[in-house]
Amino acid sequence: MSKPPTFQETVFALKKYWSDRGCIIQEPYDVEVGAGTMAPETFLRVLGPEPYRVAYVQPSRRPADGRYGENPNRLYKHQQLQVILKPSPADVIDQYLGSLAAIGIDLHKHDIKFEEDNWEAPTLGAWGIGWQVMLDGLEITQFTYFQQCGGIDLDLVPAELTYGLERISAFLQNADSVYDMDWAPGVRYSQVRFEDERQFSKYNFELADVQMLWQLFDLHEKECQRLLKTAPDVVLPAYDQVLKCSHIFNLLDSRGAISVTERVGVIGRVRRLALGVAEAWMKQSAANPEANKEAVA
Amino acid sequence: MSLPFLLEIGTEEIPDWMIVPALNNLQDMFQVLLDQHALGGLVNSVRATPRRLVLRADGLLDRQADSEELVSGPPKSAGAGAASGFAKKMGTSPDQLATQSTAKGDYYVFTKRTQGQAAASILARELPHLILKIQWPKSMYWNGKGSERFIRPIRWLVALLGSAVVPFEIAGVQSGTSTAGHRLLGKSSILVTASDFDEQLRTNGVILSADERRAKIETEIAALLEGKGLHIKPDPDLLHTLVYITEFPTPILGSFDRQYLELPQEVLVTVMRHHQKYFSVQDASGNLAPHFIAVMNTNADPDGLVRHGNERVLRARFNDARFFWQQDQKKKLADRIEDLKSVTFQAKVGSYYEKTQRVVELVKQLGGDKHAQRAALLCKTDLTTDMVKEFTDLQGIIGGIYASVQGESEEVAGAIYEHYRPIGMEDWLPTTPTRLLVALADKWDTLVSCFNVGLIPSGSRDPFALRRAAQGVVRIIVEGKVKFRFSNTNDELRNFMRDRIEYYFRDVRGFAYDEVRACMASTSGWIDLIDLEDRLKRVQKLRPTPDFEPIAASFKRIKNILKQAEFQLTHALDVGSLEQGPERDLFDEYQKSLGQPLESRIGPLRPKVDLFFDKVLVNAPDPAIRRNRLALLHSLLQEFSTIADFSEIVTEKTS
Repeated sequence: MSKPPTFQETVFALKKYWSDRGCIIQEPYDVEVGAGTMAPETFLRVLGPEPYRVAYVQPSRRPADGRYGENPNRLYKHQQLQVILKPSPADVIDQYLGSLAAIGIDLHKHDIKFEEDNWEAPTLGAWGIGWQVMLDGLEITQFTYFQQCGGIDLDLVPAELTYGLERISAFLQNADSVYDMDWAPGVRYSQVRFEDERQFSKYNFELADVQMLWQLFDLHEKECQRLLKTAPDVVLPAYDQVLKCSHIFNLLDSRGAISVTERVGVIGRVRRLALGVAEAWMKQSAANPEANKEAVA
Repeated sequence: MSLPFLLEIGTEEIPDWMIVPALNNLQDMFQVLLDQHALGGLVNSVRATPRRLVLRADGLLDRQADSEELVSGPPKSAGAGAASGFAKKMGTSPDQLATQSTAKGDYYVFTKRTQGQAAASILARELPHLILKIQWPKSMYWNGKGSERFIRPIRWLVALLGSAVVPFEIAGVQSGTSTAGHRLLGKSSILVTASDFDEQLRTNGVILSADERRAKIETEIAALLEGKGLHIKPDPDLLHTLVYITEFPTPILGSFDRQYLELPQEVLVTVMRHHQKYFSVQDASGNLAPHFIAVMNTNADPDGLVRHGNERVLRARFNDARFFWQQDQKKKLADRIEDLKSVTFQAKVGSYYEKTQRVVELVKQLGGDKHAQRAALLCKTDLTTDMVKEFTDLQGIIGGIYASVQGESEEVAGAIYEHYRPIGMEDWLPTTPTRLLVALADKWDTLVSCFNVGLIPSGSRDPFALRRAAQGVVRIIVEGKVKFRFSNTNDELRNFMRDRIEYYFRDVRGFAYDEVRACMASTSGWIDLIDLEDRLKRVQKLRPTPDFEPIAASFKRIKNILKQAEFQLTHALDVGSLEQGPERDLFDEYQKSLGQPLESRIGPLRPKVDLFFDKVLVNAPDPAIRRNRLALLHSLLQEFSTIADFSEIVTEKTS
C-alpha cells in the first residue's frame, strides 16, 4: 500500500483538479472569516449574471469551537477548500465524485451518501439547498445549490462545494487526531498549528477585552454604514467591515458576552450591513458590467 | 389497443422523508390525468429510490375514442341563409345538415364528429405540468432565476407508452429511453424498455422496490447477528430512513471499545442513531452491546474499509461525549441555577431562571413534596451543560442522569429525567405522582406564561409547541390522575385548552363528539378533568338505554322554553301552587330522586316529563303560574346539568 498523501498534497491535488475544470485558484482571503462562503470570492461573486468558477483554501475561524488544542477533532481554526461553480454544470455531482478519486479515495471500496442538509447563514441573508456528503459515516463536504445571497435571489444558481480539509486528510491518513497527521513529509499538523489553537483558545475564551470588542464592533459598523451611504462604488472595503463585525460578534460570543436576548439584535445588525453591501454590489455591477467580465477573463 | 406506460423522473438525491408523500401525490395526479382525458388505464405501481420516482400504469388506450355530438341549429323556417350560416360555423356545407322535428317545429341539426387524440400527444402535453406540480415541502431552482422548481435538479426522464417514447422536455432535459444506474455500481447511461426496466436497474445496482430494500436490510442484519446472542434495538423510523437513503442497501456490523459503555446508554444511542444513522445492538437481556449496525449504499465492504471508517468516526463522537461528560461533572446541577439567568426561555417571557422560580412555586401550590420541589428547582439546569448543548434532544434525560450521579434522591433524578414527558399522544407518562406533578407544572407554566404575552399558536404555526404542552397537561391530569383545577387562565388560554380537551376526549379517547360537548357544557364544566372523564363514561354508558335520547330531547325543549321566556330565577319554586296531576307528579318524582345517581333517575322521570309536556301548558296566562312552572323546569334542568348539558346531545328528533 502506498503512503497516504500529506495534508498539503491533498490540498495540491484538489486545487489541480478544479484548476483543470476551469476554476481560478484564488488565495485565502486575508480578513478573518468563519467560513469560505464569507470570502468575497463567494459572497459577492455569486451575485449577478456573470458566470464564475473559483477554488481556494479558506482558513475559517470559529472562536467558540476552540479546545486549547486538547480535543483531537475540534479546532478554533480549520481549513476549508471552497469551490464555486457558477452556474452549476449538469454533471456537478460526477465532477465532485471525480475530485474524491483525485485525492486517492477509491469509491468502489467506500460508502458514499448524500444526506439532506440545507445550508443557511442568517447573518449573510444567504441560504441554499443541498446535502452533507457522508463518506463511511464521516461528513466530508457540504454541497449547496445557492438560492439566495444577501437577501437577493440569484440569477445563476452556483454549486458550492466546501471540503473539510482536516477531516478528509485525517481520514486518508487514518489518524485518530488531526494533530497526528502529516502536514508535509515529516512535519505533523501539531507542529504547524498547535500553538495557534492553544493561544487563540486562551485569548478567545479568557483574554479578549469585551469592552474593546464592543467598541470595535460599533466602529466597524459605522464605517460600513458611512461607506454605503457616501461611496456607493466602494463596495469591497465596505464588505471588509461586515466581515470584521461578524468576527468580533463571534469573539464576543465565545467570551460569553452576548446574552441570548441580545443575540438576535446583534445578528440583525450584521445582517443589515451584509444586505446593504449585496445591494450596492448589484447596483455597481449593473452600472459597470464590463468590470466584472474583465476580472473573470 | 391497450398499452403499458412507464415514467421515471431521474433526480439528484431527494431527502428520504419526502419520497413517500411525493409518490402518493404523483400517483393521484396521474390517475386523475388518465380519467379526465378518458385514456383508460390504471396506475399499478409507484416506486422510488433517492434518485428516481417511477410510475407504471397499465391498460391505456393508444388514442381517445372518437366522439359524436348532435348540434342544434336555426329553425328550418329561418330559411336558406340561416342554414348556410350554421353550416359555415360547423365547418361544413349546407347539404351536410339534417333536420330534426321537435315540439317547437323543425330545426337544422349537424352531427359533429371529433376524432380522439393520441394518448402519446396528450401525455406529452400534460406530463411536464404534472411533474412540476408534485408537492414538496421545500423546492429549489437550478437553471437560473425564474426557471422550473423541483425538490432537486431533474437530470433525466424516461417516458414510454408501449415501446414508444412520449416526447417532452423539462428544464432542458428531454424524455427518452435512457436511465442511470447506481452512482458506483452501475452505468450512468442505460437504454431501457418498459419490460426490461426493473431488471436493467437491478443489474446496475438499483433495487427499485422499497419493500425489497427493507427486506434486504432486515434479513442481512439478522444474518450478521446470528449466533451472537445479539439483536438490534428496533427502530422503524430509522429503518424507513435507511430504505429511502439507499439504492442498494447493505448492512455491516461494527464495534466500539467497551470502555464507552460507561457513558449513559441514552447518550450512546443518540450518537449512533441521530448523528450516524446506526442501529444500536443489544444483548439478550436488553443491555447495550459494544456494536452497531451501519447500512451502506453499496454492495460490499471487501477490505473492511467502510467498517473501519465508521468505527473511527464513532470513536471520535464518543470521545467528544466523554469529554463533555467530564467537563460537566466539574460543576454540579445545583451550582448551575444562577447560570439559568443568562439562558432565555423566551425573549418576551424571560429567562429559564425565572421560569424555574415559577415552576417551583406552582409545584408547592399543588402540594408537591420536597422531592418535587427539588426536582422543579433543578430540572432546567442541564440546559447549561456541554452535553445538552451538543445533544439537545437529551435535555431532561441528561439532567436526570447527572442528578443521580451527583447524589440527588432517586425521585428527584427521576422527576428531572421524565419532566418533558409525554412527548405526543403515543408517548409514555411520568411514572410516579411526584414526577407527574413536576412534568405538569413545567408544561402549565409554559402555557400560562406564553399566552400571557400573546404567544398563541395559530393555524400550523406553533413555534413553542404549545399544542404538545397542552396535550401533555391533559394526559397527565386524566391518565395520571393528578388533582388539578384550571385557573389563572385568560380567555385565549381557556378557549385553547377547551379545544385541546375536546380533541383529546373525542379523537384520542373515542367519545362521541356530542357527548363531549354535552359534558363540557355542563355546569360542572371542565375545570376538573378527572370528574369530566367520569361523567363522560357515565353518559356514554347511558346513551344506548331507551330512555336516554327522549329525555335528552326533553331537556333540549326545556332549555329552549326557558330561553324563549328569558327566564330569570326571581322567585323560588312555590311547591304549594303546583297543580295536582302531571305537574305535581313531575315535581314529586324530581323531589323523590334528589341526590340519587342519574342512572336510576332517568327511567322513572321520563314518563313524568312526557306527560307534563302533553298535558300542562307552561305558558299559562296567569304570570305567577307561568313563573312557577318555569321555575320547576329550571330546577329540573339545573339538577341534571351538573353532569351534562343534555341539549348538546344530537338525537333523532333534534337532528
